[in-house]
Amino acid sequence: MDVPRRQFLVESGRWLMLTGVAACAYEAMLAGQPVDAEYEMSDHWWGMLIDVDKCIGCGLCVKACKEENNVPDSPYYFNTWVERYRVQLADREHPLVDSPNGGADGFPALEESDDERVFFVPKLCNHCIDSPCTQVCPVGATFRSPDGVVLVDEKYCIGCRYCIQACPYGCRYLDPRTHTAKKCTLCYHRIVKGLTTACCEVCPTGARQLFDLKNPGDPIHAYLREHPVQVLKPQLATGSKLYYANLDGTVR
Amino acid sequence: MKRERSDWAHLIRLGGLLVLGLVAFVFIRPLFIPEGFGVYGHYRAGAILDGRDHPLEYAGRADCEMCHSDVVDLQEERQSSHRRLSCEGCHGPLAAHAAAPDDVRPVLPDITPACVTCHEKSAGRPPLVPQVEVRDHSGGEACSSCHVAHTPGMF
Amino acid sequence: MHGVLPGVDGFMYPNEVELQWSVLIVLYPYLTGLVAGAFILASLERVFDVHVVKPTYRLALLTALAFLIVAPLPLQLHLGHPERSLQMYLTPHRESAMAMFGFVYLWYLMGVLVIEIWLDYRRDIVRWWKESRGWQRALYATLALGVDNVGPRALRIDDRVARAVTIIGIPSAFLLHGYVGFIFGSVKANPWWSTPLMPVVFLFSAMVSGIALVLLLFMATSWMRRRAIDMPCLDTIAKYLFYAFLVAFALELLDLVHRIYEADESFLALDFMVQTRLYFSQVVLQIMFGTVFPIALLALTQLWSFGERTRRWLYATAASAALIGILAMRWNVVIGGQLFSKSFLGYTTYKMEFAAAEGLLPAILVMLLPFAVLAVLLIVLPPWEDEPAAPSA
Repeated sequence: MDVPRRQFLVESGRWLMLTGVAACAYEAMLAGQPVDAEYEMSDHWWGMLIDVDKCIGCGLCVKACKEENNVPDSPYYFNTWVERYRVQLADREHPLVDSPNGGADGFPALEESDDERVFFVPKLCNHCIDSPCTQVCPVGATFRSPDGVVLVDEKYCIGCRYCIQACPYGCRYLDPRTHTAKKCTLCYHRIVKGLTTACCEVCPTGARQLFDLKNPGDPIHAYLREHPVQVLKPQLATGSKLYYANLDGTVR
Repeated sequence: MKRERSDWAHLIRLGGLLVLGLVAFVFIRPLFIPEGFGVYGHYRAGAILDGRDHPLEYAGRADCEMCHSDVVDLQEERQSSHRRLSCEGCHGPLAAHAAAPDDVRPVLPDITPACVTCHEKSAGRPPLVPQVEVRDHSGGEACSSCHVAHTPGMF
Repeated sequence: MHGVLPGVDGFMYPNEVELQWSVLIVLYPYLTGLVAGAFILASLERVFDVHVVKPTYRLALLTALAFLIVAPLPLQLHLGHPERSLQMYLTPHRESAMAMFGFVYLWYLMGVLVIEIWLDYRRDIVRWWKESRGWQRALYATLALGVDNVGPRALRIDDRVARAVTIIGIPSAFLLHGYVGFIFGSVKANPWWSTPLMPVVFLFSAMVSGIALVLLLFMATSWMRRRAIDMPCLDTIAKYLFYAFLVAFALELLDLVHRIYEADESFLALDFMVQTRLYFSQVVLQIMFGTVFPIALLALTQLWSFGERTRRWLYATAASAALIGILAMRWNVVIGGQLFSKSFLGYTTYKMEFAAAEGLLPAILVMLLPFAVLAVLLIVLPPWEDEPAAPSA
């Protein structure tokens, strides 16, 4: 027996007692409740692991994401993108960062230099547990699903863009076609079917790994036991589920 | 007593109007709340289903392997370094082809740019994949003159 | 690395290049601030019995109403889906700072401002009802809710109720605008906004702008009606403007000093922004022209005595500079907060369009609209105590 459904039934019971129109509401609520025989939301808790040392900055993930998720084709909009950091050894506070076209076409070749360390950092929605973006939505059009994925309700979003302001990681944008907020869905349509995300699918080095913390068979458990990982901007306490391995402290 | 009440009459009417507005709001509001709102949290439960309905573009390697066992067998036999790669990384998204193999025919990718995507030498690329300065390495020749993409060791 | 995207210096997260909140969102805190400030000025007369500002009481209330009616318009115009805006009333998200705006707004409009204006005008409305004919008669009868009892006891009750409403109204006005500050101040992702001082800074700057606006409107309406300006009243308002300004400036300086001294991870990026992209609007317009200059003018009038004509010029100049300065302050908060990258590694540019949906033209129209609404209100509900005749339309 899954808990949300039981809670829901208790709630509806209250409705029945309290109001005369509750029967209609009960029907309506039932009709709107997702029922999927194969996929139980309460059995999953999704996140992603990124191993910075494995990213070669090829940009295939960015391209695949744009194709898979119908991301607007303009230099401004990305569900995922890759940044190239050039950290000067003598001035670690001021890294030089670029991300031409979000890294979708790769990066202009760079000569090795003894004075800097260069590495690539893929970015995407952090699918935070205590997400600042879902907190600020005035109408409940963006939310964290019971399986831990932050989604936008395109049919309910009013386009106020408060969530875009509230995201510390720059992961949201206003889709110019729908005038609603859009972001990484962790390929929700794929992961509920047992597939991995488009970005993880095409990543040639396995730098990106989708994980399900509620799946005891997921290799993430062994990985987390043996490796230190960190999240972006931990001081903001967003409960990010985008874990980074081998992340340099200069990255933000 | 009667006089006293009449001195309050306008305020009672004003109060009545405000209460009327409030009551109207309380009763009309539930009619416009979308169905399924609040089942899992402060959002439309149906939005989760909407998210699942998005069409697939990338079929995934497992789908490709179902028909293209010749490539799989070759890669396994030669222990190709590309045997774990996504087919669609180079071939592009082919869920439509996987769903209707005869109706949707994929176009072969342009090989050299596909190789360069990962194998061009550049600072910051970890040595997980062989990297060359393509211009010096090939002298302008297509990669496929010496390499086969599925089993990229030399001929 | 530089100049890959037009208008971008250094590195922005790709989705940050475009600004989300335009000049219309600059107007939103500006308008609500004018409402709160005008109302607080009006409250002085009723709650604190400052009778010398009585001539501006009704004008201030009507100004607050006119601007409050227009205040949600820039928000509405800015929404991607304006037709969905009522969802804020249907399914308000309790955790969202923005969701409560609709309720705070409605409370302030219907629970405070309209009631207070109605109670204060009731005697006149009934008189205009009895004196006029045709549609005007119907209008005033409706406004009086069909009750013509303006006996001494009824009016005494009105006065007591209105006083109570005003007392509730002052914290409500604080709430309305402090709350607008909270919408920005609570965004932890944005260090330019995220400070608990934001609601307080907004509130006092709101008082400055509201008092300055009523002061100018009082002078303008007196001039248009060819009446001599009530100088004791004007002097008192100017004094309040001066005091409110000092507090507002002190708070802004406190915020500034705190930022400079703490110099946290965001400081260098923000400091650079103020020295470059925000230099004109922040340092020149907001601080020098919009704050130091009018405070200096007002200080002059407090320290030395000038002739009436000079005082009027000094007050008018100071109030106009204040209004421009506070508008610049809203600009610097809203636009400034989006010019730097949350990576603190770069800056983008705000390209304001002119005749676009969120361009300069609609912004100007939205800014003019409250004055048109006020003109209508002044015709329907003339606030002048010295002109008791029924309005002729």
